Formats: sequence, C-alpha cells, structure tokens
Amino acid sequence: MPDDGASAKAAAAPGLVAAQETRRQRTRLLIRSAGMLPVLVLLCIGFHLLSDGRFFTAQNLGIVVQQAAVNTVLAAGMTFVILTGGIDLSVGSILAASAMAGLIISKFPDLGALWLPAAVLTGAVFGILNGGFVALLRLPPFIVTLGSLTAVRGVARLLGADTTVFNSEIPYAFIGNGSLTLIPGVLSIPWLWVIALLVIVVSWLVLRRTVLGVHIYAVGGNESAARLAGIKVWAVLLFVYGVSGLLAGLGGAMQAARLYAANGLQLGQSYELDAITAVILGGTSFVGGIGSIWGTLVGALIIAVLSNGLILTGVSDVWQYVIKGLVIIGAVTLDRYRLQGSART
Amino acid sequence: MIDPILEMRRVSKSFFSIKALRGVDLTVYPGEIHALMGENGAGKSTLMKILSGAYRPDQGGEIRIEGKPVHFNGPHAGRAAGISIIYQELSLAPNLSVAQNIYLGREVSRFGMLAREAMEAGVGPILERLGADFAPSTLVADLSMGQRQLVEIARALHARSKILIMDEPTTALSAGESERLFGLIRWLRAEGLAIIYISHRMDEVYALGDRVTVLRDGTLVGSLDKPEIRADTIVRLMVGRDVSSFYKKEHDPRNDANALRGAPSLAAVDIADGRRVKGCSLTVHAGEVVGLAGLVGAGRTELAHLIIGAAAMTAGHVEIEGRTVDISTPGEALDAGIAYLTEDRKALGLFLDMSCLDNINLAVLGRDARLGGIVDRDKARDRARKAFAALGIRAADIRVAAGSLSGGNQQKVLLSRLLATTPKVLILDEPTRGVDVGAKSEIYSIIDNLAKAGTAVLVISSDLPEIIGICDRVIVMRAGSIAGEIKRTAPAPLDQEQIMALATGMEQLDA
Repeated sequence: MPDDGASAKAAAAPGLVAAQETRRQRTRLLIRSAGMLPVLVLLCIGFHLLSDGRFFTAQNLGIVVQQAAVNTVLAAGMTFVILTGGIDLSVGSILAASAMAGLIISKFPDLGALWLPAAVLTGAVFGILNGGFVALLRLPPFIVTLGSLTAVRGVARLLGADTTVFNSEIPYAFIGNGSLTLIPGVLSIPWLWVIALLVIVVSWLVLRRTVLGVHIYAVGGNESAARLAGIKVWAVLLFVYGVSGLLAGLGGAMQAARLYAANGLQLGQSYELDAITAVILGGTSFVGGIGSIWGTLVGALIIAVLSNGLILTGVSDVWQYVIKGLVIIGAVTLDRYRLQGSART
Repeated sequence: MIDPILEMRRVSKSFFSIKALRGVDLTVYPGEIHALMGENGAGKSTLMKILSGAYRPDQGGEIRIEGKPVHFNGPHAGRAAGISIIYQELSLAPNLSVAQNIYLGREVSRFGMLAREAMEAGVGPILERLGADFAPSTLVADLSMGQRQLVEIARALHARSKILIMDEPTTALSAGESERLFGLIRWLRAEGLAIIYISHRMDEVYALGDRVTVLRDGTLVGSLDKPEIRADTIVRLMVGRDVSSFYKKEHDPRNDANALRGAPSLAAVDIADGRRVKGCSLTVHAGEVVGLAGLVGAGRTELAHLIIGAAAMTAGHVEIEGRTVDISTPGEALDAGIAYLTEDRKALGLFLDMSCLDNINLAVLGRDARLGGIVDRDKARDRARKAFAALGIRAADIRVAAGSLSGGNQQKVLLSRLLATTPKVLILDEPTRGVDVGAKSEIYSIIDNLAKAGTAVLVISSDLPEIIGICDRVIVMRAGSIAGEIKRTAPAPLDQEQIMALATGMEQLDA
C-alpha cells in the first residue's frame, strides 16, 4: 500500500485538510470540465480579428453550427463508446448506409414519410451488430468496427447500385435546411443544430442521471470490477454501440435532408475521424471511464470553428489539413497532462 | 562499536502547509535488519523517497552515509550512493531476461551492440550466491513472484548497494517463498548489508527485526531493540492507544439458540471447477464467522469465485437457507444474497476514478432507481453519508474519487457497496490486506457487528492471528480440497499450529 498523504494528514488535522482537499478536487474538476472551452473562445476571437470582423455575424455563426451539427451528433454517440474504453470507426459508413436507406424509402409514394425512422433504424441495426461482436463474442472494438467501416461502406454502395440517389421532394426537408424561428426576424436556429443540441442534452441526462449512465462509466473505469459488482457488462456494451449506430443513422438522415441526395461512396467519408477528434478534444479519456458530453460539444464546435475560420482567413486547403492535424495532437498532449494527478495514469 | 552506515538527523519534509515528516532521527548499522513500521500515511513512503532521492528534505536536516553528509538531487542519486529500494510492486520488465533486468540502465555494449553473453556471465556468480534456480537468460515473465524478488535483490547486490530497503516484500509471496526470502535476508545481513524492512506483519518483524522503529503521523515515536520487540508494544506505538481489544469478537452464535439450528445461510455442496477446486463442501450459519484458511494457491479464492458465479463450476451446487440457487454471474449472486469482497481491491473492486458516492451505490442503483432507470440522487447521497458515518470512512467528501483514499478507507468504501445490498452471506477475501493497523481493528469490529446482526460471514485470510481472533470456526483448504475443520471450543482458542498442520499436510506425516 503506498502511503496516501492526503488521508493520513486528514486524520491529523481534519478540518483544514478536508477543506484543502475539496478545494483541490474542485479546481481539478473545474479544469477538467472547462477543458477546451477557453480554447474555443480564443479561437473564435482570434478568427474574428484575423477575418476583419467577419466571424461573429449571424450568418457566419449559422454556417458554423450547421457544419458542426452532424459531427456533434456522431461525436455524442462516440462519447458513449469511448467512455467504455472502446472505439467506433464505422460511424461514417453507417451514416452513408442510413442516408441511402432513407432516400430509397422516401421515393416510395406511400412509405415516403417513413424515411426518417427508417434511416435511424438502419443505423441502430448496424450499431447493434457492432455491439454484438464486441459484447458477446468479446472481439476488440477497434477490429470489429474497422471491419464494419469497410463492410458497411460496401452496403451503402450496394443500396443505391453505386449511384447517387436524389429526391428533391423528400419529406421533412426542413430539418436539413430550415430554421426554427425563436423571435421572428431576429433570432432563428437551424433545425440541424436544434437536433444536435437535443442529442447532447439527452445524452447528458442518460450519462449523468440514469443507472445505465453510471454503469457506462463503471465499465470504462474497470471492466472486471464492474462484472464483479453485478453489472451486465455485455448489455452496457451492446447499448453504447447501438447508440453510436443509431446516432450515425440520425446523422445520415440529417445529411440526406440537407442535400436531398446521398451517394454511398462519398457520403460520410472519414467522418469517424472528426467524431473521434471532437470526443478527445472534449477531454474524454481514451482508456475510458473519464469524460463528459459537454466536452464533446465543445470539441465538435472547435473543429467547426477551425474549418470555418481557416476558410474565412483565406488559408489554403492544404494548410488546413496540416493545422487540423496539429490541433488533434496538441489536444491529446493536453489530455495527457490533464490525466496526470488523477488517480489513474 | 561499529560506525553507523546511515544516519538521518532531524529530517523533515513538508508538502505546502502539511508536514509529512517531522524531525525524524534514524540510525542504521551495517549488518542489521531494521524494521520500519507504521500505519499507512505515517510517513514511511516519504522517508523512503527521501532516501531514494525522489524527494528533497526540508532545510535543517542532515543525512550521512558512512559518516559523510550527502545531498541527493535526483531520483537516482540514492542508488548511486549505495541505497537500493525494492518496492512492493516489483519494478522489473517482464519481457526482458534476468540479466538484462539486472543491468537495466547500465547495459554493457560492444561496438554499440548489446553484449548479452558478457552481461549473463556478469550476473551468474551473484545468482549463484543467492541460490537462484534459474539461468540469467530466463525471461522474467517466466519466473514466480519469489524468483522475481530474488532478481531484485540480485540487482541491488550487483549495484554494490550497502543499504537495502524492502517495502512489504512478502505481500505477493506464498508461505514457502517468504521463508526462503527470510533466509536470504539473514544471509545478506551476515554479508554486512544494512536492511531496512518495512512491513505491516508482526510475525515477520518478530522473525527478522534486530531493531524496530515506529513512525506515527510523520514523527518517530519509538525505537525498540531486539529484546523489547513485542506485538503489544509495537501496536501501541503505532496507533497511539492500547489495543487490548484489537481483535473484536463479541458475537457468539452458540449464545443464540436459533442461530445454528435449521438450514445454514450458505451451503456449498461438492463444488469443483475441474482444475483448482476439487469437490469442496462447506456451510456458514447466520450469525457465524467462519474462516477459510490455507496456503496461497490452495484454491480458496477460486472456490469463492465459483460460489458467486465469477467462474463456472463443473460440479456441485450452492444452497441459500436450504434452497438450491442457480448462480452463473456475480449479479445473480448479489440477487441471491451473497456479496463478495475481492482480495484485489484495485483491479477487481473499486472504480478509482469514480466518486465514493458512486462506488458505494453502484450495486443498488438499479434497485433504488425511479421511473425505471433514473438515479435517485437524494437516496444515493443519503446512503453514502450513512456509510461514511457507520464505517468511519475518512475522506473530505462523498464526491472525492475513491482512488485518492488510503487503503483502509478504500476497503471500507468497497465494503459499504456490499453492505448496501443487505446480504445474507458475506464472503470477505483477505479483508485487511494492505490496510493499516487502525483500520484493521475497525474492520474486525464491523465484521463482529455484522455477525451479531445475523449475517453469515466467510473470511478468507492468510493472516492466521486474524482468523483465530475473529472466527468461530475455521475450515482449512489444501490443494483444492477441504483438509479439515477446527471448531472453537470455549475457553480454548483456535490453535494456530493445528491450522498450519492441516494447511501444509503435516498431520498426515504424523499419522
């Protein structure tokens, strides 16, 4: 047993040390939860100055959140998976397959309105398949979802016979391009962003207020201990991959509504990387058990702000890649430093 | 009179406003085994880290080695000055050979290539002197824990250390391996090394210590010479109070007319797993504390895992209060009323990053939940606060991460999780491992109170005085089978030698 300084001294001078201990813990919590928020704010201000004041305009902010919306939804699902210590590489492919399935259904005259649930359901089914391999066959998540990354991409292409499917009459098209008017003529929010925020709020409720949420953190924190504590680890894993797939399906529906079209080959290519980046930027630990959905929201916004700001300031396409990549590495470095001083390394 | 090899004078260490060590004087002579004792948090680790060079002591103190003042200014400075430390968790690289481990950081190379033969030849004589039964080219991963300890010692000898500090070296060793280690330590003493031996175990300190120094709250509270080394004296120094009631056992199932009648709370019938456990049966009645003794590797933990469904049994069944129950997962065991405290708190028990609040409530969250899955936070907080009060858990707040607590408090948090399920049967696997003396006594008292309240308790322990102190009955396992059972017959206490004889199979030799 290593001597535990804090507790020993707590015995010596309980009041004082207890207060210090809580303050330290609170500061640590604050740093962790605030996480990347200061970075986001600095990025926004920086781009605003560099772009001669073109960043903070209603129109541009609308574009930013619209761009962030789909990735936010995918990253929310990814947060569930990474909190259990897993990974889901297949969300981009699932998004494409779901969008294809949705568009095909939308062309049936009688079933048209069912395209949206169909897309979400398609995603959920693929997610549960992933979960089944991970939870029941005990295969490594990286390998399972690497496989489905390829296989589901193939399915997406099969669905449209490797062509682009159009439907300019797609029902609920407003969720892709319309806005929810809050104050007529003054304030409106794109429906895409409303959906993304709803997903974040519901995810937060599930993670922080339900038994299932605590179990997700427990499985990520210590899987063997979770099993001994009577948690059905397989059910938790099935759930998180199911959710990730379902939200990828929702992301597919959002894309389909926005574009009135989907292409099994191109849609959602490498979206999984942006989703993972958002989660890691948000401070969720790659080994599981630590993280928050609000961090993920901030992470997704950072990515969107970065893309938007680099375009506004006229940085070339090539350099955008380099800068984004460096930001990811920088974020993971920060993650390391943040984890130092916590109970686990 | 020999000159001391290590002298520490008025050594203090503060972390911000907190004093971890206050003016400690420690003198160690060559050729002596100096036992260092104290509860967790008493300052033993801080002292060690100062000697290794990892911490710099506060101004005003002085450290002399062989009479010369030394100032360590880095984590390896101690080693360079001739101090080697063998930590509780061994610091060997399992995928390297014995020789490579011994030479780690000081590799011999020839034209930039590792000179493997030269290194293996270099460690050969040392291993031979230590009586090692493995070759220098063996991978450390293939060695037993006892053999790995030997490699650590060889590493210290190879670095020509004069002072060897060992931190609870027997934690992971079996009884036989410990005995061999003791022999080796005595031999090192005869070779003129100074050994600082840190341990929680009284019997080891008896067996080895030439002198015992006790720390409490960062202060040196006493040094005892060989003739003065007595358990009660040491314990009193460590906890700062009298410990006549160290082992608390007030419950007595024989006083309760109903207790031992009727079906036992737990009955394991002919349980086997086809490998380590060979047809074991045992019973525990309500209000009874039964010890499960045996050597490391006798199959006690494996048997417990079979009972709670953490491993699959190939034969036998479990009965709760006379009814056969079908248990295939730990969750089902909890539902049936059996709670199990793991021996490996960090790997299999606690969620170190999660709050005490969540750790305590984890097993009952589902039962307490509202609307089929929303955590009842008031109930959870209330339960955690009550557990803190009932078990005397010392932490700043229920929201503090469980990993930041001391061993004893961690164990109590884990125990609280089990007790939240109000189990009929409690299986405790090494309940006081890595727990300091004060917390040990508190855990005994918790067990006693549970038995008084009618819980059936099965205690797996390698600490015989503990088993004798708190149990009504002892079942002894040997090589996967039940070797025998010893009942407490008032007023005679349970007999330690009888238990050891059963555990080792000595009684067969006598017969």
